[in-house]
Amino acid sequence: MINMFAYNIPFASIFIMMVAAIVTPLLPKRSRIPEKLSCYAIALVAVLSAYLLYALTYPGQSLSFNFPMGHFPAPWGNELRAGPLEAVLSLVFCVAMLLSLTGNFSSTAEDIAPGRRQIFCVLVNLLTASLLALTYTNDLFTAYVFIEINTIAACAIVAVKEGAETARAALRYLVMSLVGSGLVMIAICLLYDLTGHLLMQNMHGAILVLVTTKSYMIPLTVSLALITAGLAIKSALYPFASWLPDAHGTSTNASSAILSGLVLKGHIFTIIKIFYRVFGLDVIHMLRMDTAIFILGLVAMIMGSVHALRQNNVKRMIAWSSVAQVGYIFLGVGLNTTAGIAAACLHIIVHACVKPMLFTAAGGLSNAAGHKKGLHALMGTFYVNTWAGLGLIAGACSMMGIPGFAGFASKLSLTLASFDSSVVVWALAALATSSVLNALYYVPAVIVIMTHHKDAHKNFTAPKPTKLYKFSMFIFLTLNFYLGLFCVPLLRLITRGVNVL
Amino acid sequence: MLEKLLLNHYEAAAVILSGIGLTNLLLQRNLIKKIIGLNIMDTAVYLFLAAKGYVEGRAAPILIENGSGGWLTSSALYVNPVPAGLVLTGIVVSVSVTAFALALTLKLYESYGTLNIDEALLKMTEEQEQLEAVIEEADEEVLS
Repeated sequence: MINMFAYNIPFASIFIMMVAAIVTPLLPKRSRIPEKLSCYAIALVAVLSAYLLYALTYPGQSLSFNFPMGHFPAPWGNELRAGPLEAVLSLVFCVAMLLSLTGNFSSTAEDIAPGRRQIFCVLVNLLTASLLALTYTNDLFTAYVFIEINTIAACAIVAVKEGAETARAALRYLVMSLVGSGLVMIAICLLYDLTGHLLMQNMHGAILVLVTTKSYMIPLTVSLALITAGLAIKSALYPFASWLPDAHGTSTNASSAILSGLVLKGHIFTIIKIFYRVFGLDVIHMLRMDTAIFILGLVAMIMGSVHALRQNNVKRMIAWSSVAQVGYIFLGVGLNTTAGIAAACLHIIVHACVKPMLFTAAGGLSNAAGHKKGLHALMGTFYVNTWAGLGLIAGACSMMGIPGFAGFASKLSLTLASFDSSVVVWALAALATSSVLNALYYVPAVIVIMTHHKDAHKNFTAPKPTKLYKFSMFIFLTLNFYLGLFCVPLLRLITRGVNVL
Repeated sequence: MLEKLLLNHYEAAAVILSGIGLTNLLLQRNLIKKIIGLNIMDTAVYLFLAAKGYVEGRAAPILIENGSGGWLTSSALYVNPVPAGLVLTGIVVSVSVTAFALALTLKLYESYGTLNIDEALLKMTEEQEQLEAVIEEADEEVLS
């Protein structure tokens, strides 16, 4: 049995972030104390998650547990569930969130008016709380409520930067998100109606009964299709990704990093839980949802990169590259095997570490070029802000899948996982094509920033990167190499986590 | 087919309403109408839940006195309280989302003077082009 301290960590993590969100408006308005408080709270949750992971994987421990919320037992009450996968994901989410905040500390100060930075912190805390809740919850309706909290907070951190452009992007994001969460809500009501349960394991039992007796198959298929479509819209799977480049390209750098690296992943993990824990892989295969997800993932891998190729604005380019990376994750989920889902989870972790690094680097470089975001304006900026340049190069190598960088690990595990399935040719072809396409737009960007430009230094009057920026970038780079070189223990841990999901 | 529809007329109405709401949310260009569409869609889900939660002949889940100082505790007398709880939670969510969407709409209207999301985009690109033209002229003056 797990010790009492670790047992309470899933609830405590969500609670700490909620309390931080409530306390933040009481702090002095025009100082930077609210941001520091958010950072400390997120760091505390990261430490707690690391301890939970240690306690769960300690030899002789049971690998997962349910935490009842309130005093009602299982079929009625609300529950959290924690296992190694949940612990490792919440650790990665907290670390990436913390680094996105610290790395963009100075650009946040430039983009957001002093009076509104406090609101930004409230939103970041709420966003972290909702991500943790989505990771840990075992109850589908709780998941819906936190999906909506996530939606509001995510749209608001786009709109918090002054300007009509961000308001428009946020509105567009909000409308698409609301369509998504509306579909999710309808699907959850249908599922509740069919199964009579809201807890995931109890739903699974009821769904198995329905499937073996072949009753209510059409409503079951419809609700699965609706919930997948709703969450796919929110996680920017390709045909539904039109809102993403606007929202991620126009917001402040910290918001872009958080949105691309983390917010999408919360929804994807919810899909994984619904597939694995609520329906079960056999039912998913019987209802053919795995094929649909696989095809959409393939299309997203190619089309995301094709759109990225056409961008001139560096942040929009990185945003479209996120669409392609989401395609990789859905490809893994669509393989519908434990290995495929483990590879998808590894890619979630890799992308959550690499994409915030790319956005932080792009922010630093465009800052060095005098706040210009066009690719050609970044010529020679590597020599002004070397740390940002290194971040972009490492991120680009990772996205292309150069061995030794994080992206290679997840692409390798996706490839290996696809060998067990009948669609291996398609998966391999798409992985190869997408990697080449990634290279086609990341390599020119790297060449541009490293090209010497005769009057570059004259124009670049930007301040030198701060110590905090260098430190965050250093941690990002370390994480990138760590994931690239030592991914095998992590993958083993994830596989154990998926098995007890 | 028709019999089934008549038997489940609440659910049928909910499906039609949510279809109307979803279409409005997706296809309307006017933001206020979009938000109204969102509310229609949410309300349809509440109707569905309320219809599913209602069982004829059963009381609301509040204990009834049995006349001799005790309470009627048989679960067969009451409806399940969870659907009503879900509806309440859903209403809270949709109110907050609506408020936030209206606030953003207001901000957009203050900037562009239009509620149409396409017109706003058009005005934004025009403004950007003008700005770029001004910057180019300034650059040329400096160079000459």
